[in-house]
Amino acid sequence: MKPSTQKAYLNPYLGGILLGLVLFISFFLTGNGLGASGGLNRFVVFIEDLFAADHVNQIPYLASMAGGTVNPLDHWIFIMIVGIIGGGSLSALLNGRFKVETRKGPRISVPTRLAMAFLGGAIMGYGARFARGCTSGQAMSGGAVLSVGSWTFMFAVFVGAYALAWFVRKLWLDERR
Amino acid sequence: MAPFALADIFGQTGFFIIVLLIGVGFGATLEMSGFGDSRVLAAQFYFRDLTVLKVMFTAIITAMTLIFLMSSLGLLDYDLLYVNTTYLFPGIVGGLVMGVGFVIGGFCPGTSLVAMASLKLDGLLFVLGVLFGIFVFGDTIDSTFGAFWHSSNLGRFTLQDWLGVDAGIVVLLVILMALAMFLGGEKLEAIYGGKPKQLTRGRGFKFSAAGVLVLAGVVVALLGQPTVEQRWSRLPEAVRAKLSDRLVFIEPIEMLHVMKGRNAKPVLFDIRSEGRYNLFHILDSRQINPRAFQDEALIRDLKTAQNTIYFIVADDERSAAETWKTLAAWKVPNVYILNGGIDGWIAYFTAHPVKHYPDGKPPGLLPEDPDFYHYKDVAFTPKVKLQKVKAPAGGCG
Repeated sequence: MKPSTQKAYLNPYLGGILLGLVLFISFFLTGNGLGASGGLNRFVVFIEDLFAADHVNQIPYLASMAGGTVNPLDHWIFIMIVGIIGGGSLSALLNGRFKVETRKGPRISVPTRLAMAFLGGAIMGYGARFARGCTSGQAMSGGAVLSVGSWTFMFAVFVGAYALAWFVRKLWLDERR
Repeated sequence: MAPFALADIFGQTGFFIIVLLIGVGFGATLEMSGFGDSRVLAAQFYFRDLTVLKVMFTAIITAMTLIFLMSSLGLLDYDLLYVNTTYLFPGIVGGLVMGVGFVIGGFCPGTSLVAMASLKLDGLLFVLGVLFGIFVFGDTIDSTFGAFWHSSNLGRFTLQDWLGVDAGIVVLLVILMALAMFLGGEKLEAIYGGKPKQLTRGRGFKFSAAGVLVLAGVVVALLGQPTVEQRWSRLPEAVRAKLSDRLVFIEPIEMLHVMKGRNAKPVLFDIRSEGRYNLFHILDSRQINPRAFQDEALIRDLKTAQNTIYFIVADDERSAAETWKTLAAWKVPNVYILNGGIDGWIAYFTAHPVKHYPDGKPPGLLPEDPDFYHYKDVAFTPKVKLQKVKAPAGGCG
């Protein structure tokens, strides 16, 4: 399919309402919220289990997901990852945003952006496991069912990001400020 | 009543298909909201474009309002929803680390998947980074910050537990807080984002949506979460009839067989006064004031315990039936009443002929722990049926 012209994003409040409906349906039907990092976690453990099964069996944290003959991917949280990727592709296709490109701030090069994306991702992945969930599984899902830990976590994310934002402004902003 | 044990209804494959569709909805709404674009996400942290704040908090308050509205109406059992366990300090530290990763990398794990799915290379690299970070965490946590990571576990700890108010009040307060944040956010966008007319754009939609949410919040706060009487009256007739049809009254001999059997864990609640309990009680029974069954934390433990059968031991049938109704209203499964109460138990095991004793009666001690050997062959019609428990599964694990 040839990408048509890019359509505008949804009104954020409308997008939020739709996302909230998906989150509600998830809780209503399955008793669980949404999640992303948990599934990625299981994917990592799956790869590790392929190459170093003995190692996985010796580390309690890893063995809890893939000890012995247990397949870490045989879990709903991994299935959700597959769905997220499918839904993301589908929406991008329909809205003319399905094309190879790199989104970056105006003052950095593509390689810098890619390196920073990897670095930020690594920090995020570590932090997400430390917090037992990411923005989806911890902040949004736990927030909607009023978990105290999820709300404190959510504000910590914003504090961490705002605290560093000024120092890395070159990554994102033009010369305006 | 929701939520449903989908894997039991549709099988594992059916359950996975439903989760897959939910994931598709999740990915598509993220993409449509602009969350596949790192620039949109990062602009949040420079007050240029607060899409992240708006989408995230609108989603939270929409889902929250619907969840607690359904719970008020008795259509959804909040006790069975997975509420993220609060590990206070590891959560805060992890959150701070994630914030740093967010502003450097421009995504969070979920949004990077969507960016990758729409062929954004920065999204792909971010996902690879996340996988690497997760790998490092998994291989180092047990030998580095393991103790800290397991610390400050407050269990299932909610804002309404903390504030000591009905969940409906919290729902209304969270809605009002979110609306205040949206208002402040749009003012910031007007100043820093070069969008002077942000507040007045799409005013009709914004105000009507906000109005509907506040109204729904007020309704949830006024309804409150259902009382025990309401929960009881909403139970299906078949469940309530178990009491009037005496299906839950268990003879002493069957209770003894359950207690000494290996199929389930028996838990005996002796609801008589402490004085009466001290004079005589069945071995391993637990004295408890029936009022304790108003405590939601205790109820949640009871209803999520696997393979457990509860017996109510009382003096009189009326108080036993009241307690049974309370536990049934809370949807605690596998609750039975000892027929005839403590007197029935004593009468059965002191008077019942036992072939091994010369005069057909055991010695004069009260039967706090009848010797099962003598009763294992006694025939009876079993009434206890072990029901499977719907327990909330893990969340982002």
